[in-house]
Amino acid sequence: MTVLQIIFLLAAAITLGSAVMVVSSRRMMHVALWLVLTLFGVAILFALLEIRFFVVVQVLIYIGAIAILIIFAVMLTRHSLEDVGPHFNRGWWIAILACFATFSGLVAVLSSWSKFQTIIRTIPAGGEDILSLGKAFIDPAGYVIPFEVASVLLLAALIGAIFVASERKEGKR
Amino acid sequence: MIPLSWYLIFSAALFCIGLFGVLARKNSIAILVGVELMLNAVNINLLAFWSYLYSNSQSGLVFVAIVFASAAAEVSVGLALIISAYRRRNTVTANDLDLLKG
Repeated sequence: MTVLQIIFLLAAAITLGSAVMVVSSRRMMHVALWLVLTLFGVAILFALLEIRFFVVVQVLIYIGAIAILIIFAVMLTRHSLEDVGPHFNRGWWIAILACFATFSGLVAVLSSWSKFQTIIRTIPAGGEDILSLGKAFIDPAGYVIPFEVASVLLLAALIGAIFVASERKEGKR
Repeated sequence: MIPLSWYLIFSAALFCIGLFGVLARKNSIAILVGVELMLNAVNINLLAFWSYLYSNSQSGLVFVAIVFASAAAEVSVGLALIISAYRRRNTVTANDLDLLKG
């Protein structure tokens, strides 16, 4: 077992453990903080794949923006169901069964695939080529249409979020 | 070296934990957090496939960037809806948001 494998197993164990805490904690603030740890674990796995650009993007967007947004939402909707009543709905055991079925189905399908045990990477030494990624984003023969569609989607979502969440006076629409 | 199978099994497990959060939690913010876990599992899967099998093209990285953008869009609109619903109904429990129930 090499050092990289040990690091992978540690990061995977931390990530999965904190993900279990995310879905099982009672207090929403704890959920948000465990989510930050889970996202850090995923960033470590990106680093093990030698994809440095998305390590930075993961830390900036997920931890820096999305987790903070969730913490704000938790603080704005406080004292609603913090410590009263169950925090799972009645069909939670059906959900557990569905999750185990999904997991075993996914592993069964994947393990019948011939490239499942691939060890050799095709990624060039020194990680991904950020320059050609940036050129592919704005190349008309590359991915300029999906890039523009994603940016318009993001703009529309942000305008819609401001419109939905803004406080309106009663009787005045 | 780490085999590809480890990444795939890990992301399947993370996906299923997120799925449990979506199916079983009552708080709608917790449901959104479960969706975030599932999207992270998808990203790990895409980047692992790209890094092990298809790194001669840029398509995997472009796809991951678009998943990031749509995750940000989803969480911003979702949290805005939850805050708006909380302001009107004073609850974020998914069971109590039953205005459209027949």
